[in-house]
Amino acid sequence: MSDAAPTTVPLAAPASILPEVPRLPDHLVDQLAFPHRGAYKEMVKAFRDAGFELCSDLCAVDYLTHPGRSLPEGVRAERFEVVVNLLSLSMRQRVRIRVQVPDSDPALDSIVDVYPGADAMEREAYDLMGVVFTGHPDMTRILMPEDWEGHPLRKDYGVGRVPVQFKEAPGPR
Amino acid sequence: MTEHDEHGHEGPEQPEEVELSDERFVELESEVAARHEAEERQLVAETSEGAQELAPRKSTSAWELRQEVGAVLRLPEGGYVDPSDIDVEERDDQTMIINMGPQHPSTHGVLRLMLELDGETVLRTKPVIGYLHTGMEKQGEELTYVQGSTNVTRMDYLSPLNNELVFSLATEALIGIELPPRAVWIRMLMSELSRVASHLMWMATNGMDLGSTSMMIYGFREREMVLSFFEKTTGLRLNTNFIRPGGVAADLPDGWEDDIDVLCETILARSYEYDELLTGQPIFRERTEAVGSLSAEEALALSVTGPILRSTGVPWDLRRTMPYLAYDKVDFDVIVGKYGDNFDRYSVRLNEIRESIRIVRQIAEMMPPGDYRVQDRKVTPPPRARIDESMEALIHHFKIFTEGFRVPEGEVYVAIESPRGELGCYIVSDGTSKPYRMHIRAPSFVNLQALPLLLRGGLVADAVAVISSVDPVMGEVDR
Amino acid sequence: MGIEDLQHNFLTGRLEDLVKWARRNSVWPATFGLACCAIEMMAVGAADYDISRLGMEVFRASPRQADLMVVAGRVSQKMAPVLRQVYDQMMEPKWVISMGVCASTGGMFNNYAIVQGVDQIVPVDVYAPGCPPSPETLLHAILTLHEKIRTGEITRRSGSTAKVGEQATGGWTPAVPDAVRVATPR
Repeated sequence: MSDAAPTTVPLAAPASILPEVPRLPDHLVDQLAFPHRGAYKEMVKAFRDAGFELCSDLCAVDYLTHPGRSLPEGVRAERFEVVVNLLSLSMRQRVRIRVQVPDSDPALDSIVDVYPGADAMEREAYDLMGVVFTGHPDMTRILMPEDWEGHPLRKDYGVGRVPVQFKEAPGPR
Repeated sequence: MTEHDEHGHEGPEQPEEVELSDERFVELESEVAARHEAEERQLVAETSEGAQELAPRKSTSAWELRQEVGAVLRLPEGGYVDPSDIDVEERDDQTMIINMGPQHPSTHGVLRLMLELDGETVLRTKPVIGYLHTGMEKQGEELTYVQGSTNVTRMDYLSPLNNELVFSLATEALIGIELPPRAVWIRMLMSELSRVASHLMWMATNGMDLGSTSMMIYGFREREMVLSFFEKTTGLRLNTNFIRPGGVAADLPDGWEDDIDVLCETILARSYEYDELLTGQPIFRERTEAVGSLSAEEALALSVTGPILRSTGVPWDLRRTMPYLAYDKVDFDVIVGKYGDNFDRYSVRLNEIRESIRIVRQIAEMMPPGDYRVQDRKVTPPPRARIDESMEALIHHFKIFTEGFRVPEGEVYVAIESPRGELGCYIVSDGTSKPYRMHIRAPSFVNLQALPLLLRGGLVADAVAVISSVDPVMGEVDR
Repeated sequence: MGIEDLQHNFLTGRLEDLVKWARRNSVWPATFGLACCAIEMMAVGAADYDISRLGMEVFRASPRQADLMVVAGRVSQKMAPVLRQVYDQMMEPKWVISMGVCASTGGMFNNYAIVQGVDQIVPVDVYAPGCPPSPETLLHAILTLHEKIRTGEITRRSGSTAKVGEQATGGWTPAVPDAVRVATPR
């Protein structure tokens, strides 16, 4: 279940609605990696030592109402996924790390001591999605007011629409 | 002892005069002190951003104090720093925590800074953000891909076309369509003009923050020229909603080459006037050189990109290193600084205006003819005239604007070089006509992490200049 | 006992006109630019759409010295108490222009994060529509405000200077409605 060595899977060109299926341009075909939660931080450190100097982006995705996503063999799909994009300036390459985080225990190691730039991004993922990053020095809300309840970007949190004239109350459009 | 006045009513009771012994005096004093402390603690807990604020020095963790000296970036793996080892003078009673913002005259939006000052020197800084949080990522899940660019364009409101561009590129990557060349070149033109407008706005506000009101007026005067071109082409000055998945919304108007010609000439000539006004001026030099310096390692560790990274000497520009659109076909230089201070950031941005004008001139010469959007009727609405003639065109129009076009399941991350740094869009699609998850990697959000390091050790009077040179746009910081 | 208590005769009628003329020709705005509308507000202050000809180019940083608060941009839940506090700090007479659709009604952002109209927090005099309103629209809104000052009473709203928590006339309260702040189920 836990892979110590990173498995990279090239992202296949998505099926197109046009009859011809053009390939994605080369610079958009990223390498993907799907570590287990326990091996996540080791993998991030390995990538940093391999020359990925910059942590470009860290975000969380809630797959609660997703019909089904394609994951490689051996990776069990969980509700939350934390997606980390790393960038190598020397090799001009990106890699995307996707970690599955279960709903029952939404916690993940913080990579702030590997990439200090992930500090604010992890706080935002906690604030809006509720994934707690253990080892983060300041795990507080960053965008919502301090006393806000709930994590707005989760799929079971409503948009908070106010009913207006000519548009019906909250519900499917 | 109560007193009676002439009507027999009791007057107010006079307090009894009591002789306080010394012990009783000390007791009372400590009681009062304890009550004040409890009130203070309560006050801190009752404000709505208690945990997000800067705590006083004695109750701050060693990690945060280490951050003050930038130690977190230089510690070896698993290193531990004893707070008493930190080489900052521990004059606890003399440090002051002040609050800047969220409403303050520096025109950078609603950023709140808590500064810990030792006299005039800034020790710790904590930016508190979220005052412009609009829920745009949640809103993006409710809007179709056609409407998505109206939402995204309001994030970085100084260069709105770049936001639309990254969103459209991500959508097109998921759909898998290729654009006609004219659409690509029109997008490049608008993106570069947007960069010029954004940097001119930055020069205006930066000049204003350093005291040069003329620079504010000049910057806005030049910017009005670019905005009137936008209005002629897209219909709006700001928040244009012009670059959409599939191409652009409309073709360039007739006579656009002449407009571009006048624009380029004027702005280029005036950019040399700014050199006369600011670059050579001794007061400006003294106020910006060696202020807010950042080294390349620190910038990379903090994920800082854009002009800030380039000012530290790292020649990283996505238009050159990972080209998108047609940037590999135009000739331009990547401007790189040396010391990473305020002056380097200023000169990087000023020269980027000139480079963008150079690119715009080349685009005006090399603009290919053809379609301004892809002809696939399932993605692009048909021309309005055809709706009257063809039933199929009417159906396509209806479906696109009510339901939207479906995007196959998948996920993609696309990044472009916005005037502030790497602007990325990560879209997860579930096969419907709305994004399942849309996340925008905002460069200002990440660049703000460098602020505590830039301000540390400097004077509080330089704080405004440093914030201005980091160029945060709170719309994309808070989204 | 101020100007409000005078019975108008020909002398004090002219005096009231004089006061209103002075007030509308030097309305000093407070800096309250929040988002994209703030950029258009700055453009109005710049050379092309100069508001200096209306006597308004001095954007006072301190709300104590300002007469007009132009709420330019979307007001988020976290910013709402700050908005109210700045409004309370302004001295009478004060006016509010709600610039843009986000400030007027919540705009295109009908969600958990944005206050649906700044008039839920402060009383608004003039609403300027647009996303963002072009500088001409904002100038029109400012001139409408000047008209309002010219034709209105010197005592604008009785009782509206009540602090938060007191009963204000008109029945509106400045508290943010609960429905917008609590998580709404789908």
